[in-house]
Amino acid sequence: MTLLAKNLTNGERELIAFRIGDQEFCVNVMSVREIRGWAPATPMPHAPQYVLGVINLRGAVLPIIDLSARLGMKPAEPTVRHVIIVTQVKNRVVGLLVEAVSDILTIKDEDIQPTPDMTSEFERTFARGILAIEGRMICLIELEAVFPHIESEAA
Amino acid sequence: MDMNEIKEIFFQECEEQLAELESGLLRLNDGDRDPETVNAVFRAVHSIKGGAGAFGLDDLVSFAHVFETTLDCVRSNKLEPNQDVLKVMLKSADVLADLTNVARDGGSVDQARSAQLIRELEALAKGEAPPAAAPVAATPKVVAAPAAPAPVVSDDGFVPVAFSFDDFGDDDVSADLPAYDVVFKPKSELYTKGNEATLLLRDLSRLGEMSIHCNMDSLPPLDQMDPEAAYFSWKVSIKTDKGEDAVRSVFEFAEWDCDLEVTAQESGDVAEATGDDLPMQPVPFDLSALDDELDAPLGVVEEEEQIAAVQEAVAAAEAASNVVQMAASASRGAASDKGAAAAAAQNNAQQASAAAPTIRVDLDRVDRLINLVGELVINQAMLSQSVIENDSNGVSSINMGLEELQQLTREIQDSVMAIRAQPVKPVFQRMARTVREIADITGKSVRLVTEGENTEVDKTVIDKLAEPLTHMIRNAVDHGLEMPEKRIAAGKNAEGTVKLTAKHRSGRIVIELSDDGAGINREKVRQKAIDNDLIAADANLSDEEIDNLIFHAGFSTADKVSDLSGRGVGMDVVKRSIQALGGRINISSKPGHGSVFTMSLPLTLAVLDGMVVTVAGQTLVVPLTAIVETLQPDAAAIHSFGATQRLISIRNSFCPLVDVGRILNFRATQANPVEGVALLVESEGGGQRALMVDAIQGQRQVVIKSLEANYTHVPGIAAATILGDGRVALILDVDAVVSASRGQSLHTETSLAAAG
Repeated sequence: MTLLAKNLTNGERELIAFRIGDQEFCVNVMSVREIRGWAPATPMPHAPQYVLGVINLRGAVLPIIDLSARLGMKPAEPTVRHVIIVTQVKNRVVGLLVEAVSDILTIKDEDIQPTPDMTSEFERTFARGILAIEGRMICLIELEAVFPHIESEAA
Repeated sequence: MDMNEIKEIFFQECEEQLAELESGLLRLNDGDRDPETVNAVFRAVHSIKGGAGAFGLDDLVSFAHVFETTLDCVRSNKLEPNQDVLKVMLKSADVLADLTNVARDGGSVDQARSAQLIRELEALAKGEAPPAAAPVAATPKVVAAPAAPAPVVSDDGFVPVAFSFDDFGDDDVSADLPAYDVVFKPKSELYTKGNEATLLLRDLSRLGEMSIHCNMDSLPPLDQMDPEAAYFSWKVSIKTDKGEDAVRSVFEFAEWDCDLEVTAQESGDVAEATGDDLPMQPVPFDLSALDDELDAPLGVVEEEEQIAAVQEAVAAAEAASNVVQMAASASRGAASDKGAAAAAAQNNAQQASAAAPTIRVDLDRVDRLINLVGELVINQAMLSQSVIENDSNGVSSINMGLEELQQLTREIQDSVMAIRAQPVKPVFQRMARTVREIADITGKSVRLVTEGENTEVDKTVIDKLAEPLTHMIRNAVDHGLEMPEKRIAAGKNAEGTVKLTAKHRSGRIVIELSDDGAGINREKVRQKAIDNDLIAADANLSDEEIDNLIFHAGFSTADKVSDLSGRGVGMDVVKRSIQALGGRINISSKPGHGSVFTMSLPLTLAVLDGMVVTVAGQTLVVPLTAIVETLQPDAAAIHSFGATQRLISIRNSFCPLVDVGRILNFRATQANPVEGVALLVESEGGGQRALMVDAIQGQRQVVIKSLEANYTHVPGIAAATILGDGRVALILDVDAVVSASRGQSLHTETSLAAAG
């Protein structure tokens, strides 16, 4: 906690980086609850294509989002090597299916570069910015945009 | 703990007291004359009054006070609790409940009604009360001698005597003052609860002149003394103009922990009574002063003797409580003697038999426990499954251990569920009030008979039961029962009876509401249904079908719209709320003999009895309550109807076939019905549908898990559950699936992917 507080005052933050295909993405570590292996999900009727279904997370029903499909890339074919990043935004907990967790990064706020203008509107809703780390490009994901919308709020 | 929390506890207790009050009054109404019942009722009102006073809830206090006074007349047998009296009292209990609610939630009460009841209560208390109980208000107020002059030793040695000359002047008046003999014998409970005899006697002394005699006869030798027992009793004779009530009120908080006798002396006997051991007129004195100046010399010799007696009494009272304290600590250290141990054991036994101890627990905590136990059950099932898979040797010690674990977890689950289970009594009691009010408004005379109020059911079910029940009771009284004249003409008792029973039947709770009214007027119902376009004019309906018409939305047979019912929202709302609880409602009616509504409800909402089925490779759970029957369709029984519809003939009636896999989008094409199983279900609309599933896996209890918590509502799915293999299974929303099959789309919105 003290470390975190120090980080925050220094304008530093920790991110978890993960891979989907040949691209790298990251989310704030504070919104990650746990990382677990892939388990077969129960498909949901009438769910959008990127919702793989629901799994049992110690008694809670956890929806799983195929982040690859969610970001408009080709749907994942889950294997035992895939992992689920359990994330929480406000009161909702959702699992994100990704290929592998690659890194934990400590960055400063000024390291985050704005999303370039050239990207399409669709990508820009998910991307909060991009990071250049050791020659790699990592996209910082806006979790709230990724979560399936709640009907009552959308209406 | 701040004031609000304390207040909240007070209101919780109020609810309990009000329930106690009402059930006590109802028992009295049924002819119970047990003094303990009267006492219980009195205690309830008294506790509410006491608590309300502490929080400055003046309305509540003043009403409770009047109520209490009247109840006191009943308690002291001055007022016969007949039907009329109890009617007023039951209404007063209602008003008391209203006042409590207003004090808690704000709002306003019907002032006129409470004022009216206060008048009625006062009339009851006064009208029947013997004149002796009335305080002698006319007597000129005697100088408040007891409290005023304390003996002060002045420098010149003059010792003022603790009485005023006014007393002599008014001697006649003083003699006319009513005098009371008070015999006060505390029980050991009095001391256990922190009361002190000294303080009580001191309070008493403020009322008027009194003399005290302490009776120490029953004090055993020290070695036989029970440190926690009470041995002293006091005989007090007091002269006061404040009346017997005032004398009693001194002891009001200790009343149940002591033997108290207050008898009024004939005014002429005062001298005699006191004269026995005290030749002089009792002299005013202040006990508190004596405490401080026990050695204060007093001028009047004759009085010294008396004061000494008083001193002795006070000292004895103090000693009594001190002895209790000292001896209690002593006995803790050293081995107490046998007599004390026996007495203490007896005390404990008495307390144990008094009431089973209870605690208040936050509902959230219980829910969490229930959730965790649900996990435990699932985990245990998963564990045994994997052990069985990996264990080829058959019986092993692990298997035996697992079996024991299974039994334990089941037992834990049952007991945890039992924590949430509550008797339906509070709801039934609320109904009693509804009946009274409606009976008043409609001018009918109604008796509510309840049975099986101690039947236990999950708290959530109880909470949701009140509304439909109120509706139904209103209907029963308003529509079901006839006016008294009509009833007499029909040869029935003028007083109608509404009976409410609850019982357990095969894992469900069955609540029955019956009235002995006119029953359903089928001609009228039928005509109304035709008028409202609910049925065709030439429809051929069985009696049962006609009876069930009243559950249709927009149906009301009341000729005129009354305040109570008849607005067309009624039985359909009842049916829907019962179904939302996973229950069913049935009606049976006999013209001239009344109607019976039977509701069957699950015992808990956290667990559901379900049929586990397979649809397109997925496991689904269908609530068992919705399923009427299951059948294996014959190819010959399947008939195509139009382009996509298919019907199945069941005993010569046709029923639309619904492919669950298709509706839920689990498969692209319709499955072959002959390869699957059909579940005949009954839905909210009353229509039957045959749901096609691939196979039935079995029937089991499942723990309901919310989907909405982390995801959104899914059309066609009611909730989720976790099966023994640890996977999530979806619970089918039968009503939604059926209405979807009618052509209403399950898609409540366009694909989220497109929207995103």
